[in-house]
Amino acid sequence: MAQRQITVESEVGLHARPAATFVQTAAKASLDVTVAKQGGQPVNAKSILAVLALDVRQGDTVVIEAEGEGADELLDALALIASAP
Amino acid sequence: MNALAGVGVSPGVGFGPGYVLSREVPVPDPEARHGGDAEAERDRAARALERVAADLEERGVRAGGQAQEILRAQALMARDPGLAVGVAGLIDAGASAARAVYEGFGGYREMIVGAGGYLGERAADLDDVRDRVVALLEGLPAPGLPDAGARPYVLLARDLAPADTAALSREVVAAFVTEQGGPTSHTAILARAMGVPAVVACPGAASVVAGTEVLVDGFSGLVRLDPSQEEVETVTRAAAARQAVLAAATGPGATSDGHAVPLLANVGGPRDVEGALRGGAEGVGLYRTEFLFLDRTVPPTEEEQVAAYLGVLDAFPGRRVVVRTLDAGADKPLAFLPPPGREPNPALGQRGLRLFQRHPEIMETQLRALARAGLQSSAKLQVMAPMVATRQEAAWYVAACKEAGLTSAGVMIEIPSAALRAGDLAAEVDFFSIGTNDLAQYTLAADREVGGLGALHDPWQPALLDLVLAAVNGAAERGRPCGVCGEAAGDPALACVLVGMGVTSLSMAPTALPAVRAALSLHSQEQCVLAAQAALAASCPPDARAAARAHLPELAGLAL
Repeated sequence: MAQRQITVESEVGLHARPAATFVQTAAKASLDVTVAKQGGQPVNAKSILAVLALDVRQGDTVVIEAEGEGADELLDALALIASAP
Repeated sequence: MNALAGVGVSPGVGFGPGYVLSREVPVPDPEARHGGDAEAERDRAARALERVAADLEERGVRAGGQAQEILRAQALMARDPGLAVGVAGLIDAGASAARAVYEGFGGYREMIVGAGGYLGERAADLDDVRDRVVALLEGLPAPGLPDAGARPYVLLARDLAPADTAALSREVVAAFVTEQGGPTSHTAILARAMGVPAVVACPGAASVVAGTEVLVDGFSGLVRLDPSQEEVETVTRAAAARQAVLAAATGPGATSDGHAVPLLANVGGPRDVEGALRGGAEGVGLYRTEFLFLDRTVPPTEEEQVAAYLGVLDAFPGRRVVVRTLDAGADKPLAFLPPPGREPNPALGQRGLRLFQRHPEIMETQLRALARAGLQSSAKLQVMAPMVATRQEAAWYVAACKEAGLTSAGVMIEIPSAALRAGDLAAEVDFFSIGTNDLAQYTLAADREVGGLGALHDPWQPALLDLVLAAVNGAAERGRPCGVCGEAAGDPALACVLVGMGVTSLSMAPTALPAVRAALSLHSQEQCVLAAQAALAASCPPDARAAARAHLPELAGLAL
């Protein structure tokens, strides 16, 4: 299981444009990928509604996880989106 | 009267059948079940979700920009895999597709609304997607717009969202009217970009009966319901003439016989500069600096102030920029400079220049910052003090300005004592600027913050006009310029009257500039003088208006 911990830097948190880009990128991959607030329940990273409902704000740390071939590449791409200011 | 009134934010006249935008899709019955074929019902739900997603995406592509971002996120909601699983489960349990979609979104909605703030606002986006899918499944018209009719329609709504307006064009819509919104609202920006007339902040717009013929004047903000053919023709003709004249009246402000009257803008910070330039302002006649000081616990630093002043000065190279130093107190209290005691009547309390006299260090920092900004810019910087009552106060302020290195220092005339003794004050200062709003408040003893006193704040009040004349004459005795920077300057008829009295420049909200420029360009200085004499001879505001207008014949043709 590959995993990344990222601090969200965007002023709007993981909402609006960052959330849409994050979910779109996750949805393109064939493997399962989850996102959770540190210490919280993981949700499907391909679900915009679930990601919005997490209510991730600027400065929050999120954990993203995926398993399978290409998991590292996918997580790197998602980490880049989530950590972009 | 069969009319509504709002704020015109996109000029022009629109006429057509009214269509009230509704977002109301009935909630599917909690007991609604499908016929028994769960697989077919799941398929129906999936296809409806995908069709709405594709439609939202397509609207986004057509709209571009920020609307596209919102619509893209909405399309993702309709395609949400978690939602799809939830909906399928509800259908398997017997619910109809519409009910399942409604409930499926419901769970997420609660979490999103619960988060509040920015996220709470996104609940409206979610509701919009849900309602579109439910409407499609129930065979109801989609919430939102009708298809293009034989004639362009007038779109009335409480407010408009990007999804509503993304697909519109001027071939489809004759005008927009909304109950909410302001000059910078989404509707206003979109309407101006499309070149479609629009009126916002118009109560009752969303209650107009569908099919009512609606005539919209996006300049005056007037909305007439079921107007006569004659009314439509009159308003349309006047608007066309007005547009032609406003468009033709460019360049520096002047009467028809070439008497120059610089037309300046009132601004509240660098963010207003663009509007001022768009209105053709020849400079800034009133730069309110309060925005730097309000809502903070410590005063702004000199550096911060220099940057804010340069933000306006640099937009007007070689032009005049009149900065009013801090006008706090009364309706604009400062957290870091509370009044020394309770003030039962703050309008008569420690405000404006009086606050500077108690806290000279705040004034010195502001004047130093202004002097530095003035040196770094090619704009002609002038500074002026608010709330000056006496010659001594004027002298004290001007001395402080000169010591800071500022070359041109004036005072606002907004207290009757200053107007009555204008000759004395003029001896001390480089210029006057009359603030008609406060001058009316103090002359008529009518607090601006108290509702129901509007008639006493009418800038055509005879006593106010007398004091304006006293100030102009006092300035003229000493050869000092005297401008006006209150609401009065933005009224095309009153602007002509003020010029007739001898006012040397007019400063107003940027949106008022084109109409005032046109009104002046159509009348000679002599006509303005006659209008001023007529207004001064009248004994009440309506008579003063009528008497002045009799000498300003071109205004009526412009519906100004």
